[in-house]
Amino acid sequence: MTELLQLVIGGLANGCIYGLVALGFVLIYKASEGVNFAQGDMMMLGAFIALGLGNSEQLGLPFAIAVPLAVVIMFGVGWGVERVIVRQLFGQPQFALVILTIALGFVFRFVAGSIWGYTPLVLETPFAGMNMRAGGIVISVADLIAIGVTLVLTVALWAFFAFTQIGLAAQAASQNQMAAYIVGVPVMRVNSLIWGLSGAVATVGGVLYATRGAIDPNIGLLGIKAFAAAVIGGLGSLPGALLGGLIIGIIEPVAGRYAPGEFAKMSPYIIMLLVLVTRPGGLFSQIQMKKV
Amino acid sequence: MRVVFKTSYDSDIDLHEHGADRLRTALLLGLMAVLPFLVGDYYLAEATNTLIWALAGMGLMIAVGHTGQVSLGHAAFLAIGAYTDAALMNAGLPFYLALPAAGLAAGLFGALIAIPAVRMSGIYLAIATLAVFVIVEELVIMLEPITGGVGGIMAPSITLFGVSFDRYAALTNFYWLVLGIVALVTWGYANLMRSPTGRSFLAVRDSEVSARALGINVTRTRALAFGLSSGVTGLAGALMGHFIGFFNYELFSVIISINLLLVVTIGGLGSIQGAFLGAILITGMPQLIAILRDGVNANFGIDLGGIPGLDTMVFSMILIGFIIFEPAGLYGRWRKIRVWLETFPLARRDMFRRHKTYLKTERMK
Amino acid sequence: MSLLEVNDLAVHFGGVKAVDGVSFSVESGEVFAIIGPNGAGKSTIFNLISRIYEPTRGSIRFDGRDITGLKAHDIAKLGIARTFQNIELFDHSTVLDNLLMGRHTHRSTSFVEDILFLPKVRREERDHRRHVEEVIEFLELEAYRNKMIAGLPYGVRKVVEIGRALSIGPKLILLDEPASGLSVEETREVAFWIEDMRRDMGLTVLMVEHDMSLVNQVSDRVLAVANGRPLALGSPADVQAHPDVKAAYLGTEAA
Repeated sequence: MTELLQLVIGGLANGCIYGLVALGFVLIYKASEGVNFAQGDMMMLGAFIALGLGNSEQLGLPFAIAVPLAVVIMFGVGWGVERVIVRQLFGQPQFALVILTIALGFVFRFVAGSIWGYTPLVLETPFAGMNMRAGGIVISVADLIAIGVTLVLTVALWAFFAFTQIGLAAQAASQNQMAAYIVGVPVMRVNSLIWGLSGAVATVGGVLYATRGAIDPNIGLLGIKAFAAAVIGGLGSLPGALLGGLIIGIIEPVAGRYAPGEFAKMSPYIIMLLVLVTRPGGLFSQIQMKKV
Repeated sequence: MRVVFKTSYDSDIDLHEHGADRLRTALLLGLMAVLPFLVGDYYLAEATNTLIWALAGMGLMIAVGHTGQVSLGHAAFLAIGAYTDAALMNAGLPFYLALPAAGLAAGLFGALIAIPAVRMSGIYLAIATLAVFVIVEELVIMLEPITGGVGGIMAPSITLFGVSFDRYAALTNFYWLVLGIVALVTWGYANLMRSPTGRSFLAVRDSEVSARALGINVTRTRALAFGLSSGVTGLAGALMGHFIGFFNYELFSVIISINLLLVVTIGGLGSIQGAFLGAILITGMPQLIAILRDGVNANFGIDLGGIPGLDTMVFSMILIGFIIFEPAGLYGRWRKIRVWLETFPLARRDMFRRHKTYLKTERMK
Repeated sequence: MSLLEVNDLAVHFGGVKAVDGVSFSVESGEVFAIIGPNGAGKSTIFNLISRIYEPTRGSIRFDGRDITGLKAHDIAKLGIARTFQNIELFDHSTVLDNLLMGRHTHRSTSFVEDILFLPKVRREERDHRRHVEEVIEFLELEAYRNKMIAGLPYGVRKVVEIGRALSIGPKLILLDEPASGLSVEETREVAFWIEDMRRDMGLTVLMVEHDMSLVNQVSDRVLAVANGRPLALGSPADVQAHPDVKAAYLGTEAA
């Protein structure tokens, strides 16, 4: 029983990281119905930038400065990507963005690989190896921080979309671009902002991921699992993205421990397909009937 | 500028609008047929590879280009086709039975997963296909007795009616076999698109609600389209297995799925020619980059071969360039050039003006 | 027996009663118009008849047969065609292809036969084309046959939308605001076409319309609805003189 609980807690922390990447994904979708398949690679890049700033044999800045700085830099990267590249796709169907971001992912991987190489590196953190014990279960401080930060971020982003002017403007733009323009929403600038935000969130996820193990330029591929998480929750729903991430995060180790053979690897996707078959829009589906 | 004077409905129904068009196709086929006598083994093998990719591209094009169903996991059907064909032949079945069986297996599987999947649209479907791909990949590893698991499987040499079509020993024969199959499928695909079935695919792609109002069963049509798509891709997979010889699941990776998607997108969505052009680009790109790299090395002394991932990087940049500047793909650009030449010097600058579609949420069905 | 019988039809979306107890019948060969202020539920009635929406209560009978439970794609085969208020044409096909798609209910070839393009398929293609050419001639679309929808002006697209519905070869055609966005001349054309549809093709026309001059010109009977409920049913003159209808459009006198 404690073993199960231990797996679940560890899975929760994992799930939070999936959730954060999924969150960044949903942010962009919510604001422009765009799909950023480079989200996982943005997470990877953010982690590496933090590493490059914070690790002693790199720039050696203190952790408390390196991480926020990395977040700011990646905000800029996300913002810049939208401003310079994605904006060129304005007016094209969603599909084009899928291809573009897939290619962007390759580019990010190449950049990271060229600067930091392909051998796994470890991010130095002030709380590395620190654990807490509660009733026979060991929880690493890294896990706790991951869960805490994720919760805070999710609530903050949800509030942003629900209550701020910019958040509402972003939602308007994703529902009917032309109408949003007509009422004065600076659609393109809002998009850039959202992409920047997404980059920042991805970096947080990346740093949290890096605190739990070594990183290399290919970790961005966990983005695929994060997409599954976003879909499970329902694209366009921020709490849904987190929930989806948590579901996958918990099921994975449990399936790995108790289910035969390769099922653990398939489990996120089987769950996703099951959800989609029963609720084609995900758990917090945002699809409604259109008036024709 | 050519003016075509039509005297019967047949000229619109036919595959070719006029005699010159027919001649062009005949010449192209003729050129492809005598290719073995014009180029050496290395380029012949490359041409065979390109043809196989074009076949796979056509498969994906049916789903993506003509029915609007984006699939990110089509490599799964390549895998199903390849493994079914190889396993059946290893069990003693002759090629001319194993190949259609492979296509059928992939097609049925595709239609099966399409039935729940057709309720999803756009990005949901795309991610669902990705999920299916991962699951198929794992299944391949798990079904070790049939698929050879992680170790892999051998696609046996093909012999038909006593004649060897072995990929290495009789490359010319193998090339002709592939060419024949590809030509046949192309003909079938062209027929499909000028028939009521093909039109129903386009209807479903462009407006679900009015397709229904016209009596089209959208779910069944989508399932049919996806089934045909996966079936053709399965055929390509079987041929790919024979081309490689000994393969395992790593041959059918996510990268392959993405490459396939690039074939149809860069080639030109919604056109059969697009599949071919895209295949030529994708299979030719590594060669091109290698030649460029050698050129840079020879002329400027910079050795770019040492940088890992540069190939993919250059590839990605070209891709990004295409998406931004020529979303209609290679075929789209070719059509523009042809129109420019045909209407010279009267071509107008905005003849192919892109119609901007302002975003309207897909969450309102 | 009327061609179309709608009985106590209602549909509720959450708390909103978009249509609440509408009953009417349309006789064969008649031109029947539904009028009402915006949001009255007119297009919703259409969507219920073409089975895009599921009614909360009530029944619809067509040609003596209960169609309330049918699926949306079964309606066309029975002989009901419709146009859409916000033109739902196939943008990336030509006018000819759009019209040919209207012949879907008349196809008898399987997809296997299509792929092999057997002589039977060719024969049917010629046949489909013949029928479509009649529609093109009727609507004077000859000049636009091979043009892509995406590049056509709004007025032409509205006509193609009607043409595609006619290609089905229906008994009943549902026109959803056929005159909206059209100029005076174009609206007059529509009036002539509706007349021709009734007289030459023996069609029954059910239309939703805001343009009163068109309604007066072509309709035999009119149903006025507001807030999903029926207000008046009768000849165009009677309905427009009805106090409830006037109140719905113009409001009542200040007390």
